[in-house]
Amino acid sequence: MKADVVQQVKPSSLYAEHVKIYPQRIFGRFRVIKWSALGALLAIYYLAPWLRWDRGPGRPDQALLIDMPARRAYFFWIEIWPQEVYYLAGLLILGAIGLFLATSLLGRVWCGFTCPQTVWTDLFMQVERWIEGDRNARLKLDKEPLSFRKLRLKASKHFLWLIIALLTGGAWVMYFNDAPTLARDLVHLRPSLTQVGFIGLFTATTYLLAGWAREQVCIYMCPWPRFQGAMFDEHTLLVTYEGWRGEPRGHAKKGVERLASQGDCIDCGLCVRVCPTGVDIRNGQQLACIGCGLCIDACNSVMAKIERPLELITYDSLSNSAARAAGKPARFKFVRTRTIIYALALILVTAAMLFTLGTRATMAVSAQGDRSPLFVRLGDGEIQNGFTVKISNKNPAAMEYRLTVEGLHDATLKVIGADPQALRVAPDSVGTFRVLLKAPLKDLEHKRNDITIRAVNVATGEESHHEAIFNAPERNGGDDHD
Amino acid sequence: MTDINKDALTGKSTTGHEWDGIQELNTPLPKWWLTVFYACIAFAVLWWVLYPAIPFVHGYTKGLLGYNSHATYEQEAAAAADAQRVWLDKIAAASTEQINSDPELLNFAMGGGKALFNENCAACHAPGGAGRPNFPVLADDDWLWGGSLAAIEQTVRHGIRATDPDTRTNIMPNFGADGILKPEEIADVANYVLSLSGQTTDPAIVERGAKIFADNCVACHAEGGKGNPELGAPNLTDQIWLHGGDMPAIVAQITKPRHGVMPAWQGRLSDTQIKMLAVYVHALGGGQ
Repeated sequence: MKADVVQQVKPSSLYAEHVKIYPQRIFGRFRVIKWSALGALLAIYYLAPWLRWDRGPGRPDQALLIDMPARRAYFFWIEIWPQEVYYLAGLLILGAIGLFLATSLLGRVWCGFTCPQTVWTDLFMQVERWIEGDRNARLKLDKEPLSFRKLRLKASKHFLWLIIALLTGGAWVMYFNDAPTLARDLVHLRPSLTQVGFIGLFTATTYLLAGWAREQVCIYMCPWPRFQGAMFDEHTLLVTYEGWRGEPRGHAKKGVERLASQGDCIDCGLCVRVCPTGVDIRNGQQLACIGCGLCIDACNSVMAKIERPLELITYDSLSNSAARAAGKPARFKFVRTRTIIYALALILVTAAMLFTLGTRATMAVSAQGDRSPLFVRLGDGEIQNGFTVKISNKNPAAMEYRLTVEGLHDATLKVIGADPQALRVAPDSVGTFRVLLKAPLKDLEHKRNDITIRAVNVATGEESHHEAIFNAPERNGGDDHD
Repeated sequence: MTDINKDALTGKSTTGHEWDGIQELNTPLPKWWLTVFYACIAFAVLWWVLYPAIPFVHGYTKGLLGYNSHATYEQEAAAAADAQRVWLDKIAAASTEQINSDPELLNFAMGGGKALFNENCAACHAPGGAGRPNFPVLADDDWLWGGSLAAIEQTVRHGIRATDPDTRTNIMPNFGADGILKPEEIADVANYVLSLSGQTTDPAIVERGAKIFADNCVACHAEGGKGNPELGAPNLTDQIWLHGGDMPAIVAQITKPRHGVMPAWQGRLSDTQIKMLAVYVHALGGGQ
């Protein structure tokens, strides 16, 4: 008796076997939206690096360019230096809040229509459909033993996929190089090793993620589906199966009137067959549903055929679905505490970014004191400190800067090989100057004296300063502890 | 009767061994792990074939790709030298004065000079020309042999008391050790020297010392102890003391002077390198 019980215990596996999904083609409103989004996004992705923007002679004329070797990023009229990379952080914050707002209003529209994983998967599925046919043909083909025809179809599919992936990787590197030059280098087969490496990387990831991994990226790899539920509430519009109308589901028979007790769902399963992630929307909200709306198209086509009202599956909120079930009018509520907070945060971050961009400094100064010697005693007993002063000129023209020091009595400032009243810095570059600062010992009360080194743009009056330390010998037996 | 090689609980096969009634489950390595393991072996074999791999007593396997890290290094070093050449040619053609008045050239020379200084000079003069006991500070404004660009270049090129035929040299007599001055006279003149830099001492002793100074020292150290860079005679009126500035140190220097030696760098460094060094040292803090 006991042995039987023991034999029934089976260790459960945490591994879910991959079930290949064969989405069926469907036409309709959401398919049109998806194609439009795909076309627009791919056009932006492939064409944006070719936009030109004149920045004057000797400067890159690409509107969107991240120039790694020169350490500059260009976005039309904006030029970002490496120390200003917080603009990128700002853009990411903006993107996140925008995503929160869109998700709380319309559910997973990002996932369903605009996510690169969705866009490229859609494109790859279309290629697959052209070559191997629709769902049933593909199912049949995969079950067939290997034949010349099967080999030809499979090979051409993977070849086309690789071409698309290669173009994707090829377009990616355009954002990091001058696009026309790089295109010429690629045509003449002389790209750099880095370029080949990145094209290879993006070709491989595109091919694997859009061709092979597909919905598994959304279900297992992407963190967003795991916590996007936190942005939903009962007023969020989601792809919803109106169960109150559809249930109890049951097959329809030709020439047989549906009973009043039967729901509208005829359990044809089309909504499941068209789903790119293979979910059954009739089971309600689920992690794997990317909200693309293709099941809405599918169900509407069936409802039209059996002459029942459309929108059995539709974009609806949970509260509306409940209201409809109870026979009450549905109300769309877009203005909610949640959406107000997201919108306010979006406006706030946008305003902060525009403000920092508008008041962006075109110069910066830094001063680094010599480590050896920390200070030098001169012949007349004065104390001298050496500094390396760097002035960044972010202007497209050469500028002159006046260097002054504050915090020292009777200090004398000298710049090697230049006049401290007019330090010339070339356009869009950093000028490095050796600065000697001396002060009488009697005025130096501490071992470490706080000073401010200030640079002023002679032409515009813009200024920037750097806090530095002026070192001096210890006095009076060390009353100073630092 | 259950199969002797099947575990009743899990249904898995056992290794077939039994120790004190305990059998071990046969759990093979995960498939992915084995795949990666074999892929690594294949990778290693491929690597051996393509790249230099196996060392012998004389030489090593060269690999099919002909890769060689020494050659790669030499190529990169040559490319870097090519990039520098345009600047080095300009420096070779320019005087130190011209280098100092061209901001771009100065910037390059400062970088090159710093590297050369740290490699060749910092052992004695310390990084940044901070100096060490008995080795002059180069960041201050006191120069034994002159602090102009030309004087600094001359010193770097030919050294001080070096073997170079154009080297500059001087010798301060052993006033005490050779019995030129008596110890009391040395003490008096040392007191006078201290007074030159404002360190108060007895006026009577200072007066005696001044007389001894005028008789013995003024030829080199000049009137009032101002020094003479032509002769390498230090200025005694300032706050900077190469061999110490207190009474015992000054007495020791008069009694039996120390004489520092700096090697000549001509022949060890190129003309361009010497110019960059001179410009760098001139910019350390006290160039004249």
